Amino acid sequence: MLSRRSAQLAYRLLTSTSTYRPALQPRLPVQQSGRLISHSTVDPAEVRKFQALASKWWDERGEFGALHAMNDLRVPFIRDNLLSVHSARQMGSPLSGLRVLDVGCGGGLLTEPLARLGADVLGIDPVQDSVRIAELHLSHDPALCGRVRYRACSLEELADEDEQEEEGFHAVVASEVLEHLADLETFIQCCHHVLKPGGSLFVTTINRTQMSYILGIIAAEQVLRIVPRGTHDWEKFISPVELETLLESTGFSVECIRGMLYNPVSGAWSWQQSTAINYALHALKRREEPQSDRVESESEDEAASRSTA
Amino acid sequence: ELLRLQRQRLGSAWPVRGQTEGEPLDVYDIVISGGGMVGTAMACSLGFDPHLQGRKILLLEAGPKKQMDKAPEVFSTRVSSISPGSATLLSGLGAWDHIVKLRCKPYQKMQVWDACSDALITFDKENLQDEMAYVVENDVIVAALTKQLQTLSDQVEVQYRTRVVKYTWPRPYQVADSIPWVQVTLASGQTLQTKLLIGADGPNSMVRREAGIPTVKWNYDQSAVVAVLHLSEPTENNVAWQRFLPTGPIAMLPLSDTESSLVWSTSHQHAELLLQMDEESFVDAINSAFWSNENQSELVEAAGSLFRTALTILMPNGTSTRQLPPSVAGIGPKSRVMFPLGMGHASEYIRHRVALIGDAAHRVHPLAGQGANLGFGDVASLTQVLSQAAFNGKDLGKSMQHLLEYETDRQRHNLPMMAAIDLMKRLYSTNAAPMVLLRTLGLQATNALPPIKEQIIAYASK
Repeated sequence: MLSRRSAQLAYRLLTSTSTYRPALQPRLPVQQSGRLISHSTVDPAEVRKFQALASKWWDERGEFGALHAMNDLRVPFIRDNLLSVHSARQMGSPLSGLRVLDVGCGGGLLTEPLARLGADVLGIDPVQDSVRIAELHLSHDPALCGRVRYRACSLEELADEDEQEEEGFHAVVASEVLEHLADLETFIQCCHHVLKPGGSLFVTTINRTQMSYILGIIAAEQVLRIVPRGTHDWEKFISPVELETLLESTGFSVECIRGMLYNPVSGAWSWQQSTAINYALHALKRREEPQSDRVESESEDEAASRSTA
Repeated sequence: ELLRLQRQRLGSAWPVRGQTEGEPLDVYDIVISGGGMVGTAMACSLGFDPHLQGRKILLLEAGPKKQMDKAPEVFSTRVSSISPGSATLLSGLGAWDHIVKLRCKPYQKMQVWDACSDALITFDKENLQDEMAYVVENDVIVAALTKQLQTLSDQVEVQYRTRVVKYTWPRPYQVADSIPWVQVTLASGQTLQTKLLIGADGPNSMVRREAGIPTVKWNYDQSAVVAVLHLSEPTENNVAWQRFLPTGPIAMLPLSDTESSLVWSTSHQHAELLLQMDEESFVDAINSAFWSNENQSELVEAAGSLFRTALTILMPNGTSTRQLPPSVAGIGPKSRVMFPLGMGHASEYIRHRVALIGDAAHRVHPLAGQGANLGFGDVASLTQVLSQAAFNGKDLGKSMQHLLEYETDRQRHNLPMMAAIDLMKRLYSTNAAPMVLLRTLGLQATNALPPIKEQIIAYASK
């Protein structure tokens, strides 16, 4: 039985003609409580959701099984795109010498593989319990201990402190994060801030389409239980076009976008042409100021954002 | 102080923050248990792989280090028939050059025939230039691989004369502070930890046993008698001979122009008898086994020759004339040995953080000379799978995904081969007329059909 809210959403879905929203606004009002420091990108309701699941992170056949499987796509995606910008320093450690920030690292599912490839990784997550699980899992592996650090904080806190850091990161990874945020624009700005010029931003997230509602919410959460119920809020999903626009206007140039598909029968992910459900995106922080008239032979969005800058 | 000493003694292995007070345990990425042909090949293969650079790899071998600067005067009785596919692997590891320099005998042709009839099948490559396979002493292979392993001392650590007394398995899921790695306890009392344990410890594998992996196995009630034979006169000796006697197959593999290796699989009693005979009688027994025709029945002979005539009409090139193997004059000193034969197959090649290779995973009858080749095939497959996993940043032992790929790949290849070998063995273990007729006609037909023979050669050559 569909709840009333779902029914409303479904109605809107069926009558909507396009998924493009020209103007972006923060999706939820910024919540500030006495106990939390104001980090407006973090949604406390989301924090509570993940707190409850903290101990399940490393069970490959548990609630986070699909995320474990997603490493088969996102690790090569990050690795290959970074290698095309920075050539490999050492065989066996293709990412050695690179500093990577894993935002919303959770239990460290993506942090550890990146560190195994030689990168120095800082994993941050606002959920204290997740960070503790991540640190515990890490502690058994001496080879990784030297290359991974975890912190329970938000990206904004890190960006604020960053004034003291001389260098930025070579790459920022925000995988399965954007769809859980309270304030996307600020988040993207913080990503821009902590990156070195020419640094890479990697995003994997979910598109806001009819397909993603049917497969991502109804099928995945309610019917097949691939992700726990309530994990995702369809309203927060963002389309690649919107994301690209936002990124381009914040000083990024989007290098590539690829669609991803999850097969619940085999439990495996694969690349696909269509970005209707899940997709991955790679963007570079432009070396000049965002408002420069850098000549690019690309889309009209580029021209549009340039002219409005 | 203890920490510093440990680090010095064990070279590059990193200590782990204390699980037990002040006693760091080394965590390796991969530990290979068993330094025979297949275990040492695995160590070399991993050591040379570019994606695995920087990983901590250890090979444990209970015996001493086997070094050989030149081949010993006397041939060893334990030899293997190395397929071109295995030769390619060994060549990629840089060991084939050493093997060729030490001692190896290529052969171009193989004749397999029945004692109970005139049926025979010959295998050879299109032109006799190409080698079909190589006969190499097992010691030579191990020595060559050991030499290559020495050039990898930065990547791969080796401990000889090291026996394992216990394995402790981790739970597949994380439980509080429990150690997630496999623990290997040595006879010296030292305990190591590893993220992946590779069991290359032979047909009576301790790794397999302790991991509780069920094995399908049976004894054949046969033993193999091996010896080094001195031929009556020097000959080109580039043919491998195998004749199926009712008691079991007798095979002669070339070692040099004047010597060949004998592998005679027969019942336990007969094997013991053969061992006790004096040299002259033993030599007579061998010659008679290859040359005499006393086991043939008239019915089968008649049917056989009729079928052969028919084939000659249909496929003029399909029949071969039977050649006789070289006669034997004597045997090498103290070279008669026997060992029991059996077949075994582990129902799973992998478990969480464990993988089996070589005889630990599968044990076959020597009649097809495939045992070592199957093992080398495992090495190639597992290396490839681990290399790709490392390049994807995976925990090498945890993901059942890539280890499962290895198991599926090898079982798909090994099982049909093992089934075929077992079938052959059973088919040829009787002299009941119907079976003999069946296999006679089958053999003759197969001999007449080049496509089938080519398939067989291709499969066995991998």
